[in-house]
Amino acid sequence: MKRSHGLRMPAVAAMSAAALAVAACSTSGSSASSAPSAAASSSVALTASAPGITATTITVGSHQPLTGPAAPGYSEIAPASAAYFAYVNAHGGVYGRKVMYKYLDDAYNPATTASVVRQLVLQDNVYALFNGLGTPTHLAAVSFLNSQKVPDVFVASGCDCWNQPSTYPETFGYQLDYIREGKILGHYVATHFAGQKIAYFYQDDEFGMDGVKGLDAEIPHSMVVSRQTYVPTNVNIGPQVAALRASGAQEVVAFSIPAFTALLKLYGLKVGYNPTLVVSNVGTDPITLSGLLETYAKQGGATVNGNQLTAGVITDGYLPTLGNTSNSWIALFKKVHDQYDAKAPFDGNVVYGEAVAYAFVQAMLKAGKNPTRAALVSAINSGLPQGPLVAPYAYGSANHAGATGAYIGVIKNGLIVQEGSVLTTDTSPSGLVTTSTATLQQAPASGVPAP
Amino acid sequence: MVEFLQFTLSGISFGMIYAAIALSLVLIWRGTRLLNFAQGGMAMFTTYIALEVIRHTGSYWAGFVVALAAGIVLGTVAELAVIRPSLGRPELNSVIITIGLLILLEGLAGIFYGGQYRSFPAAFSVTGLRAGSTPLGVSRFDVFVAASVLVTTLLLAVGFRYTSAGLRMRAAAFNATVARLSGIRVARVITVGWALAGLLGALAGVLVSPSTFLCPNSMDAIFVFGFTAAVIGGLDSPAGAVIGGLLLGVALSYAGGYLGSDVTALVAFGILVVVLMFRPAGIFSGARVRRV
Amino acid sequence: MTMRSLPRVLGAALATAVVVAILSVKLNAFQDYQIAEIAVEVTAVAGLTVLTGLSGQISLGNGAFMAIGAYTTALVLLHLGWPFIAVLVVAAAVTAVAGAIVGVAAARLHGPYLAGATLMLGVALPSLAYIYPGVFGGDQGLNVVFTTPGFLGVNFPPTRWQAWVSSAVALVTLVLLANLGRSRVGRNWRAVRDDEVAAALAGVNVARARILAFVVSATCAGMAGALLAIITGLVAPGAFTITLSIALLTAAVIGGLGTLPGAVWGSLVIVLVPTYATDVATSHGLSTAVASNIPVAAYGVVLILVMLIFPQGIQGGVRWLLGLLGIPAARTWHPASMSEAGSPAGGAPASQHEALLTQRGDPPEPHKKEGTQ
Repeated sequence: MKRSHGLRMPAVAAMSAAALAVAACSTSGSSASSAPSAAASSSVALTASAPGITATTITVGSHQPLTGPAAPGYSEIAPASAAYFAYVNAHGGVYGRKVMYKYLDDAYNPATTASVVRQLVLQDNVYALFNGLGTPTHLAAVSFLNSQKVPDVFVASGCDCWNQPSTYPETFGYQLDYIREGKILGHYVATHFAGQKIAYFYQDDEFGMDGVKGLDAEIPHSMVVSRQTYVPTNVNIGPQVAALRASGAQEVVAFSIPAFTALLKLYGLKVGYNPTLVVSNVGTDPITLSGLLETYAKQGGATVNGNQLTAGVITDGYLPTLGNTSNSWIALFKKVHDQYDAKAPFDGNVVYGEAVAYAFVQAMLKAGKNPTRAALVSAINSGLPQGPLVAPYAYGSANHAGATGAYIGVIKNGLIVQEGSVLTTDTSPSGLVTTSTATLQQAPASGVPAP
Repeated sequence: MVEFLQFTLSGISFGMIYAAIALSLVLIWRGTRLLNFAQGGMAMFTTYIALEVIRHTGSYWAGFVVALAAGIVLGTVAELAVIRPSLGRPELNSVIITIGLLILLEGLAGIFYGGQYRSFPAAFSVTGLRAGSTPLGVSRFDVFVAASVLVTTLLLAVGFRYTSAGLRMRAAAFNATVARLSGIRVARVITVGWALAGLLGALAGVLVSPSTFLCPNSMDAIFVFGFTAAVIGGLDSPAGAVIGGLLLGVALSYAGGYLGSDVTALVAFGILVVVLMFRPAGIFSGARVRRV
Repeated sequence: MTMRSLPRVLGAALATAVVVAILSVKLNAFQDYQIAEIAVEVTAVAGLTVLTGLSGQISLGNGAFMAIGAYTTALVLLHLGWPFIAVLVVAAAVTAVAGAIVGVAAARLHGPYLAGATLMLGVALPSLAYIYPGVFGGDQGLNVVFTTPGFLGVNFPPTRWQAWVSSAVALVTLVLLANLGRSRVGRNWRAVRDDEVAAALAGVNVARARILAFVVSATCAGMAGALLAIITGLVAPGAFTITLSIALLTAAVIGGLGTLPGAVWGSLVIVLVPTYATDVATSHGLSTAVASNIPVAAYGVVLILVMLIFPQGIQGGVRWLLGLLGIPAARTWHPASMSEAGSPAGGAPASQHEALLTQRGDPPEPHKKEGTQ
């Protein structure tokens, strides 16, 4: 059998050359740390006060699903945060330091997360881990981060497991957790749809199950006539929708991601089932939803657009809604987006990404001019200003949960419109859902938080 | 009862998609004795191309036709550039090459089109049809899906049986040496087989993407079930591919409806095990055991 | 055959252990973790390369065996708190039993049908974690705590200890597999792989040989799963997708199917290439969607190119290089063809290549597939 010797030598030579080139260009290795520069304009000299902090930069890392099945939607968040950091860097930075954001892809695989987080901490020497995304993925990182005493701030997941100050003192949540959200949505359903038949449709993991825990704390069990689950790997939810229809439920409360919220609507069309939908804010970014449903609307033949299919969906929100163009935060975030992240659509994921970056800048400003890692943790433990959230953070040394409240909204014309006031609650089954007394904050004129 | 009907009809709809993928795998297997792991990825890529055409021309059917044409081209190019050089080498190498091709296509799709979900239009209305006042759980589009796959399968079957080109393909698959001696250009026949498989995959892609939304990984699960359907039916049998696909689609629909969404993979595995226990080479395999 | 004798195998293993120990001190803590990751893959890929290369059975489901080993480890540590050595043995034993069950079920399957069945196993098994969330922790999985022993001192980097433990297990596995390959068991496997009927005539219990191969392969994967559990700290279904099983087979073939050095080369590729590619891509300021997908596309290209340029895998290339210098090296084995991988002789119709040599229905030629092409 003749061998292809002819190709062998040139190929080996080429690959060796390529490998050398790659090694030369590669940025792996210990992180660069510039020599401490002369004092900044303020009276205090900036020093390399902690790993990841130099006189001119702050380096934070994150793990995000940039490729793979979880990428749709979530992969927009980190670029949006990076955009806000770029804006801050262009406007004086944090006490003159620029924020460098290095986020690595873990494809939503916990084993990969464990690896990239170690790379960020042990090799790239990041100051903190910021906005690590995903519950099973971040669970693979949280023990390591805490044992290494690396601040693990503003985890991008609604699990209430990040609120364990005694076990995980370095870890802080950010968004409204799913139990609280379930209670707020459940409270609305129990008061507005009393006596009707309700069904649940939820993702078969802690996102859905925690949401249902919250719902069950508020909705009387006798009202719930059907509970259907789905797994993200199986898009054929026809059987579940048929079962929902057969149950006769007039409202369906869904803890589903946008694709499956859209599929719920789609299969509803197929089986002639059109209940009122009450959906977690995770699954109701109106831009994403309308985009997914747009093409079906056209199939109606008439001049129907995607917005008509999303009209009337009830949801919640803990950040200002996109439709609220007069809101100072939306104006700020849109300005930043248009300047630094223009290729992405301006949707809920972008607002989220920028808002959590804003929270980080607030925390860094509070941590002081030459912060240690512990200083960042203490800064958050002593509480953060409310920022763009509609209800205050819960942060304190005994509580590492983030958002505590949300408003109910209804989708009209492709945008979420707030209905009623902001509601807050806790994560216990018996805690009440009450109206929040907090006032909404305005965005700073400069767009950068005040120190 | 209505539920059962709805489960059955929606199961047939997905089953037809699995059948199309299974059929394309069978075509490639018969021609080159290879498992083409890139089949789903190729379908995904041609669907993206169709989406771009639809966006620019506003016409669904233009996109549909371009997708099918792109499938033919992609299948041909893959065979000539990537598979042909590896024939005659250990065959697992070719399998790894198709895996490499799959990964490459997913990466390219992410680079060119981004990783977000894109919604792909359906050819016809997706509103459910009704028998009287009972919703059947299928739409006009689902009927179109089933019809397209059936028509394509029939065309292929007729083509194989009654045209001389089809005869050449069957001869080359049956015994390449004798086919060569009869003057058949076996290499060209293999390329045609890959082109047809590409066409079938592209068809499956545009038919299923309205229900799955399009993203670089959206065809992965479809491929797995299509492959399972091909194995159930027997990799040498086109009829087996279609029947395997329908069987699997309907069974998974019942499983999802009556047992819950988390057991569907286990049910598929169970069916596979049961079938292979009695027919180790699929339902429609010829008896080919040699015992001494 | 160019199989090495036991002293040479042990010598090579010892030398490798010394090299790894030195590297683990010289390299930084994250690179120690990568050594551990590579060792995990080597353990699993070595078992798979023996299964597919020596005994001719394709498995696309070894990720499922890794999952079994990992979950066993997590559960034993959680409920019984035994030392790691004991846990490793339990994980190996449980996975061996699973391998036996799968081996028995798969005994009559060949080629693509075996591939399809194992593929579906790899897809379906992790869903048990969702069906029994109380036991397996559901989507969030189970935590695993693995501490550095006290005698090393407080400042000993945990990742270095992980690298040592994983490398030790990997090296022991390689030595045992090398031994097995040289023994009668290995000869039986190769006989069954090349021609089942002839092997049966020669007195080999074909079914038992095939099942044993599955047991061995599964055990290796189970131990790899146990190692993965302790270095990662979490056992969740998201880590055991079908991508893992496919990566294992890819590593086995890329490295050089049927050779143990090949298992090492393949593992190096699947662990290091994505990291390198990511570093290069992100240093060029491209948009996130492009920068994050370039490593994906590049990895696909690497797979295709390596297979086209080095049909015998990297070990084939190494062997060729060493051959230029006059040094013998391990030879790549391949199943005759996928359609005939372990099939009864004269079974499934031949490939186009086969067609040049044999005809369907005729008695098979003595196989020319032995080793190199």
